[in-house]
Amino acid sequence: MNAHASRGSIAILGTGLAGMGHAGGATEQEIIARASCLAIERSGLRKSDIDGIITSSLTSPWWVMRMAEYLGIRPRFSDSTMFGGSAFIADLKIAQMAIDAGECENVLICYGATPRSAPSSSRINQMRAELDPQPYEHPYKAFNPVSSYALAAARHMHEYGTTRRQLAEVAVAARKWAQLNPDAFSRKPLGVDDVLNARMISDPFTALDCCLVTDGAGAIVVTSARRAKALHARPIYVLGSGFAHWHRQISCMEDLTVTPAVESGRKAFAQAGLQPSDIDVVELYDAFTINPILFLEDLGFCRKGEGGAFVEGGRIEPGGAFPMNTNGGGLSCVHPGMYSIFLIIEAVTQLRGEGMARQVAGAQTALVHGNGGVLSSEATAILSSVL
Amino acid sequence: MTDLGAPQSAAASACDQRYFGALAEGRFEIPRCLSCGRFHFYPRVCCPHCGSQDLEWAAPSGNGTVYSVTIVRRAEGDYTVVLVDLEEGPRLMSRVVDMPVEQVRIGLPVRARIDAMADGPLLVFTARGEVRA
Repeated sequence: MNAHASRGSIAILGTGLAGMGHAGGATEQEIIARASCLAIERSGLRKSDIDGIITSSLTSPWWVMRMAEYLGIRPRFSDSTMFGGSAFIADLKIAQMAIDAGECENVLICYGATPRSAPSSSRINQMRAELDPQPYEHPYKAFNPVSSYALAAARHMHEYGTTRRQLAEVAVAARKWAQLNPDAFSRKPLGVDDVLNARMISDPFTALDCCLVTDGAGAIVVTSARRAKALHARPIYVLGSGFAHWHRQISCMEDLTVTPAVESGRKAFAQAGLQPSDIDVVELYDAFTINPILFLEDLGFCRKGEGGAFVEGGRIEPGGAFPMNTNGGGLSCVHPGMYSIFLIIEAVTQLRGEGMARQVAGAQTALVHGNGGVLSSEATAILSSVL
Repeated sequence: MTDLGAPQSAAASACDQRYFGALAEGRFEIPRCLSCGRFHFYPRVCCPHCGSQDLEWAAPSGNGTVYSVTIVRRAEGDYTVVLVDLEEGPRLMSRVVDMPVEQVRIGLPVRARIDAMADGPLLVFTARGEVRA
């Protein structure tokens, strides 16, 4: 396949994490600022070099202006499109378009939240619901977002014979990776039976089929590939990216077993000129255990319906043939409402060979895939340490 | 997460008011496009299939099939949340009632019914046959 002309035109420089797990009383703005300062410093840049900023918030529609003001940045370019949890991977495409067009040079992409130490009040939750009304779903009192994903899992099980044990294997593998990651929140041993026997929330999901609710912030800086070589010893190139959204509410999803990852993945692979067999390490947004199974199929790592069998037998665990979600994922590492910034940061860690106990030997090319809403928006990017 | 019982917020659209207003009067009606002939749900001012604004409200048969189901486990009692495919094409979220939650299966033929709830009329479904293999 011929790669697109814009293949690898931008690269990731520094990354930063802050407030992982429990932010100890700091606000989301404070932990985002800490992660951002770290990312800028590790990029070999000064704050005054940052002329683009992209961020979004589950609560504030004014977020990019608030964060730029807090950090003391007057951006030449900014964006705050709300794609849900997939946003920060979709932002790689937006940043690339802005940088390629000459609108800005160095873009800060950042996100954080503190739902563990400072859970939203019922008043805030009520306000969020009223600002995003779903009058044809709300009356049925689904336990959302869990129930929406549970409906997708139930349909996948019905059509393809996917089992609850296969779903549980996703959570168990995530926990084994988390045990190798000092930044991960949940590190106690976990077995398939523990997942199956946990409290049922919304069939077929128990509490352990669902991602964590933790604090955490992440930030990255991207710039043109040309500048990146001069600024950083190991820039990580964005070879290709793509995003897609097909619906907002689960009742408007056409086929519950096929997500917009089909489209975002196709775009990312086409721009990169690569195929699934070229990928060394995979980071997939695992808000629920069905998600990676759907994405492995939709991104072309296996055929539709074979995702359950694909994750069996330790294949995605440490030491398995298919290293996946190497930080422990949203299931066991970190999940502050929206997660995809952490997928990028983990992939960069792996591609720089800085994964310590969880390092995937020789990892050169990674795929990161983010999900938002209720399988509503999907974003894929292919990252590499070499152009 | 958020537990919102009221079907209509203060900012309910004209379509919402028309739909829930009919439900309150015992009629289940959804929009049908006069240009392409297709039904859609949820109700909009323009057809999501062809873009036409030339729509009418029409009563579907009320028959449908369960496309997917989850059982919501709550301390106050378990209930189903289902997606139902109507015979006319559109899919909607609902609840299957009058049978044990564990027996609500994908493929179950169901029929619409309007229940009066404390916070307004609610479209629910009941079984109208067995799951076909």
